[in-house]
Amino acid sequence: MNFLLDGLAWIFSPDRLSGSNDLKVLIAQHLFYTFIAFVIACAIAVPLGYLIGHTGKGREFAVGASGAARALPSFGLILLLVSLLGVLQVVPAVLIAFVLLAVPSILAGAYSGLEAIDRRTIDAARAVGMTEWQILTKVEIPLGLPLLIGGMRAGMLQIVATVTLAAYVGLGGLGLPILQGLPLRRLDQVLGGAILVVVLALVLDAIFGILERLAVAKGVRLAQGGGAAKTKTRTLEQTVDIMSRASQAVSGR
Amino acid sequence: MSIEFRGVSKRFPDGTLAVESFDLTVPSRSITVLVGSSGCGKTTLLRMINRMVDPSAGSILIDDENIAGLEPVALRRRIGYVMQNSGLLPHRKVVDNVATVPILNGTPKAKARERALELLDVVGLDRSLANRYPSQLSGGQQQRVGVARGLAADPNILLMDEPFGAVDPIVRTELQAETLRLQRELGKTVVFVTHDIDEAFLLGDQVVILQKGGVIAQQGSPAEILANPASQFVAEFVGADRGKRSLEIVEVDGSQVLVDSHGRPAGRLRQPASVQGSPASRAEAGSAPGADAQGAGRA
Repeated sequence: MNFLLDGLAWIFSPDRLSGSNDLKVLIAQHLFYTFIAFVIACAIAVPLGYLIGHTGKGREFAVGASGAARALPSFGLILLLVSLLGVLQVVPAVLIAFVLLAVPSILAGAYSGLEAIDRRTIDAARAVGMTEWQILTKVEIPLGLPLLIGGMRAGMLQIVATVTLAAYVGLGGLGLPILQGLPLRRLDQVLGGAILVVVLALVLDAIFGILERLAVAKGVRLAQGGGAAKTKTRTLEQTVDIMSRASQAVSGR
Repeated sequence: MSIEFRGVSKRFPDGTLAVESFDLTVPSRSITVLVGSSGCGKTTLLRMINRMVDPSAGSILIDDENIAGLEPVALRRRIGYVMQNSGLLPHRKVVDNVATVPILNGTPKAKARERALELLDVVGLDRSLANRYPSQLSGGQQQRVGVARGLAADPNILLMDEPFGAVDPIVRTELQAETLRLQRELGKTVVFVTHDIDEAFLLGDQVVILQKGGVIAQQGSPAEILANPASQFVAEFVGADRGKRSLEIVEVDGSQVLVDSHGRPAGRLRQPASVQGSPASRAEAGSAPGADAQGAGRA
């Protein structure tokens, strides 16, 4: 319990408003990398996922690739990409790693969102004379939105937890106090950084959780009735996931 | 708007031959019912009319125009389609579901919605349901909305694929009666698919009984089929020799009572129409046996 208090004391110390561990800067850096990687990952995964979900082709490929990508060790991937692209290209190398880690979840959310729609609804839309594009935009995308946002939520968590590792290649973020604190045995600093990563992840998770719920079309929500309990357990599961990722960042060198 | 099948075959990619060299003319402004047990290709035939399925061989003509040369999307928008589970879009209100096709065709939204409300009247739904979602309606109400959507673009052809298969018997009877009323009022060319021979005889001006592989076992009016089943298969399928379709006249207290094959009284034989044996009145009565059997069956 004392450790936790030490960590909180480190976070709320006036020293955190300036100097090398200025939290404003660290949080801004952390969010910046998260955001850029998330946008790129969405730009790749959403159209690809919609293509797979709409045509039903390439599903095996997507499932296989997603499964394999989930097993990628994030730290190893960053080091590999940095050494491949050279130390002058650290930012693209790190961003590629983050994107690769988030793509599988978002891809899965996009195509499974489309796949989960009742085939008869889509068949009817086609039979009354919708073009393929209209089926996608007027039927599949609105009905598949909740699962897509669920996938984005998982991908976002993956990125926000992994951005902690950016500090290892000199890019700052909330990994920096953790990285610097370890050799100095400044556990308050290490814990302070880890707590902030968790809080950041939980805030983003909560935002996406709300979006996910709002994305369920009213007509569909009325049909489902009680879907709230499910969402709750999922959030809990993901919190555990964030904690384990943060602790991995702390001890996982 | 007559529809003509000419030597139509369909082999699916997995090798199944659903329909082989099928010929049929669906006359304009009447109801043609394709009836058969599952796997007889009736739904495949129906879906060929709006090019949801393309034939492997042969051609389909609508008013002597080969539909193979028409753009599928444009074709579908001028053919009404009603399916078993209503197929409504769950995220859209009833009124927007009904207005779907006119809006796709470029009708201004306000006008399409106004027309959609009128169509709710036509299919016997209260306008207060317009702003509900499909999931808030009963199965029968959803089917009515499905019919309204099928009629929204004022198509000349209406395709109905087992539209009442999933509703309970009481609602089904009600919807069947409504279908006949609508047909009297609107005079569409209707192609109706069902596996229920009673429904086929009730609704069909022309009934086409299908065997496996889209082979026509018999086609004709319900009365013609009942009077002269073309084969043992047809006789069994329509149940001509059993139950409520096999009626016998029994004299009871001076009036003639019809008794079915289980010995249960089914109704009373009316005198005036059948006594006069002129060809005209026989033709009129020709449609009666089927209808009477129906009435009796329900009573």
